[in-house]
Amino acid sequence: MNTTARARTRTRALHWIAVHITAVTVALFFVLPFVFVLLTSVMSDEQAMSGELWPHEWQWSNYAEVFRTPGFLDWWKNSLIYAGLGTLFTVCSSIPVAYALAKFRFRGRRTAMTLVIATMMLPPQVIVVPMYLVWAQQLHLSGSLWPLIIPLAFGDAYSIFLLRQFLLTIPTEYLESARIDGCGELRTLLRVVVPMAKPGIAAIALFQFFSCWNDYFGPQIYAAQNPGAWTLSYGLESFKSAHSVDWNLTMAATLLVMAPVILVFFFAQKAFVEGVTLTGVKG
Amino acid sequence: MAPRHPAPALRRKHRRARLRTLAFLSPWLVGFGVFFAYPLLATVYFSFMHYNQIEAPTFVGLRNWTYVLGQMPLFGPALWNTLWLVVVMVALRVVFGLGIGLLVTKIKSGVGLFRTLFYLPYLAPPVAATVAFVFLLNPGTGPVNEVLSAIGVSAPNWFNDPDWAKPSLVMLSLWGIGDLMVIFMAALLDVPKEQYEAAELDGAGALAKFRYVTWPSITPIVMFAVVTGVVQTMQYYTQALVAGKLASGVSVGPGSSIQPGYPDHSTLTVPQLIYSLGFQNFNTGAACVLSLVLFAIAMAVTSLLMRKSAGLQTAED
Repeated sequence: MNTTARARTRTRALHWIAVHITAVTVALFFVLPFVFVLLTSVMSDEQAMSGELWPHEWQWSNYAEVFRTPGFLDWWKNSLIYAGLGTLFTVCSSIPVAYALAKFRFRGRRTAMTLVIATMMLPPQVIVVPMYLVWAQQLHLSGSLWPLIIPLAFGDAYSIFLLRQFLLTIPTEYLESARIDGCGELRTLLRVVVPMAKPGIAAIALFQFFSCWNDYFGPQIYAAQNPGAWTLSYGLESFKSAHSVDWNLTMAATLLVMAPVILVFFFAQKAFVEGVTLTGVKG
Repeated sequence: MAPRHPAPALRRKHRRARLRTLAFLSPWLVGFGVFFAYPLLATVYFSFMHYNQIEAPTFVGLRNWTYVLGQMPLFGPALWNTLWLVVVMVALRVVFGLGIGLLVTKIKSGVGLFRTLFYLPYLAPPVAATVAFVFLLNPGTGPVNEVLSAIGVSAPNWFNDPDWAKPSLVMLSLWGIGDLMVIFMAALLDVPKEQYEAAELDGAGALAKFRYVTWPSITPIVMFAVVTGVVQTMQYYTQALVAGKLASGVSVGPGSSIQPGYPDHSTLTVPQLIYSLGFQNFNTGAACVLSLVLFAIAMAVTSLLMRKSAGLQTAED
């Protein structure tokens, strides 16, 4: 009896060790790129070319130098405008649509849902040429980020889908009691649904913020000709091209582009993870 | 009195409900028409036109179609690369994501830390992640090859070798597996515990438990991951373009018209070719033909997969 108990303890310990060794090994794959990038970002430019891993001296001034690069601050400003306004527009326009798709009964609801999913699946490149022609030739707005921001005021398929999935989990009884109390649909939405749907709204806001912040294709189409409208994601590549040998500065700039996203994540981890799960699981 | 003429009141109520629904849906209805339906129809229109974005478009019948599908030298490689990435990248992402998800559910100490570490790279902006990987895998001076040669492994040329460029992109995408990890983790934690206990009583080993308990329960999520993975990979653009440009070492800014797909068109994808045709060669017709080809493939693949995927047939009612 004693020996089998001991044997079981031993297997359990071995299992624990095996799992954690695997976890640490896998973690290295995920962490080392960040570590190498950070170490390189504080090297001198000669050392960054050498392939050595540990900096001889820690040149934190590289970061100041990145900020002195002409245009870099404008890229920040543009990224914040694009991501900030884009997020605001998406949230405001997607909430009523998601609410109607989740809680109203009407003919064509299923079709509407299928069309939302179809838009979600359509590669943006499929419609980019005629879209560009409209913005550039009829509205004369190319060279700015407006062609990317304005459409978000008309709902974003992905956000609508995700928020609808969330709203489905809100019991209809709450809405009915609000209606019995004499609330109109709009009041019910604003007073009852929105407060209850805060985690879902936070998730779509975060996703939209990141998707604007990370967007490269959009700014490349509309802002390429005008460096004053470049975003961080887009400018980073030109930064590397201009500093063709300065890997240290490029890595510092790379970390500066990643930093806001990672900071936001640490403050809003829960909403974020919930949102990811929602797209996949609640379906 | 009221019951005698219920019809008008009822009809009025129905009409109000319909108007209310339309009002709530209106942002999306406008958006769908203006930013989806219209450009899609315009793409079809331009695919039959010769149009260089300066002179007025002229009708050329099927000439753009026969050119793109039959004569354009880069169509074959771009299609091949995109399909290669769709198959290899999606398959490996699902397997790896599931593996990481399983691993996380088995970790006893420090789950939170490990989960965060595995998740963080997913958040890295694609351009930043690509720039970082081109540097890390730089054959001459990159730290990875330095480490590999120190332990006596002869390292490949990664993004500079036509045979290794696509696998390097796959590695980059595996680094950003965080979203799949979270989805799989949630699905794995949802598997009813009693089923594992019952299987154990029947003497099932770890493999049998996975095969007969875990797998059937997570299949919908796996299908969901495959569908969304295919959709994302059909649009694969930023990483391939940036990696090719930077690895080629050409010192030119954005908007430069170097031939994409370095080395040897090995990283040229269909979306890149659309951009190149429409915005660098100003061959609007050909770009629109290619857009429609991409659209057709995307729709075919997704409708095929969606039929089998419970993940997208959402909890309707």
